[in-house]
Amino acid sequence: MSADGQGRNHWFDDEAGPVVRPYAMTRGRTTSAAQHRLDLIAVVVTEPHADDPEADVSLSPEHVDIVGLCRQAPQSVAELAAELDLPVGVVRVLVGDLVDEDLVHVNRPVPPAELPDENILRDVISGLRAL
Amino acid sequence: MIFGRSQRGKPPVEPVTLKILVAGGFGVGKTTLVGAVSEIRPLRTEELLTEAGRPVDDLSGVEQKHTTTVAMDFGRITLREDLVLYLFGTPGQERFWFMWDELSEGALGAVVLADTRRLEDCFAAVDYFERRGIPFLVGVNCFEGSARYPAETVRQALDLDPDVPVVMCDARDRESVKEVLVGVVQHAMAQAADRRRAVTT
Repeated sequence: MSADGQGRNHWFDDEAGPVVRPYAMTRGRTTSAAQHRLDLIAVVVTEPHADDPEADVSLSPEHVDIVGLCRQAPQSVAELAAELDLPVGVVRVLVGDLVDEDLVHVNRPVPPAELPDENILRDVISGLRAL
Repeated sequence: MIFGRSQRGKPPVEPVTLKILVAGGFGVGKTTLVGAVSEIRPLRTEELLTEAGRPVDDLSGVEQKHTTTVAMDFGRITLREDLVLYLFGTPGQERFWFMWDELSEGALGAVVLADTRRLEDCFAAVDYFERRGIPFLVGVNCFEGSARYPAETVRQALDLDPDVPVVMCDARDRESVKEVLVGVVQHAMAQAADRRRAVTT
């Protein structure tokens, strides 16, 4: 395998895209233990004690990146995916891990059944007009 | 345990987040509309049209458009420190419809952007939002060089319910887009009020 494999080391180039599949980062998982699927606009907030994620050897670099970004300011799932250039599904799993580790919590958007709250909608209208 | 940053007083503000969808046919100006009001450059995944895409993407009448959005793109408007509105452009091609259900869940409302040269392109979006009871308005993007039609003509052509607003807009113009979004929220409020009335009487 080694002799053969070495000769074919560079059969792909950059245009082939990422060679490691996204699920390698999630160790094969496509869902997390967290019961609810995270909405694209669910906001991920770091817990006060999540100050040194690099020291946690159980975390992957992607986990650490997520904690780092959210520590600067709470981030939506969609923003994390765009910022880290990861598929949304991968971000969901990784955020689920961080929730389990108690490093972040997720502020879910107002559930659809409760929308629209009139006061919030009025605030949205006046906020838009004031832009 | 070390409490470095967290000791600096108050915890971070956790904003209430809302989303409005921007739907419409391929090349109608969805990304332009999002970009006109977003405080961040629209985050997106776009790919150049390729041979494989050509049979699907009919470019007649849309000569200037060279790329197509193949994933979601979105923008953000921070209305207040604790209130953030996201705009999501829905994928323009039907083969990406699987993303719509996820995008529309919990959405405040939607804009269906229409081009009068290719009005049939937004039939699918109108159908989608009607069937799911998501409040939407139709924004007619007034391209230069496209004939202008009265809102009533567009309404008839799309067979819209009488309460669905139809507005003329310019997706490049920030003020115009702001008015469109205000219209969506007002329509969502009116629809919610109607529903409450229907429940109580």
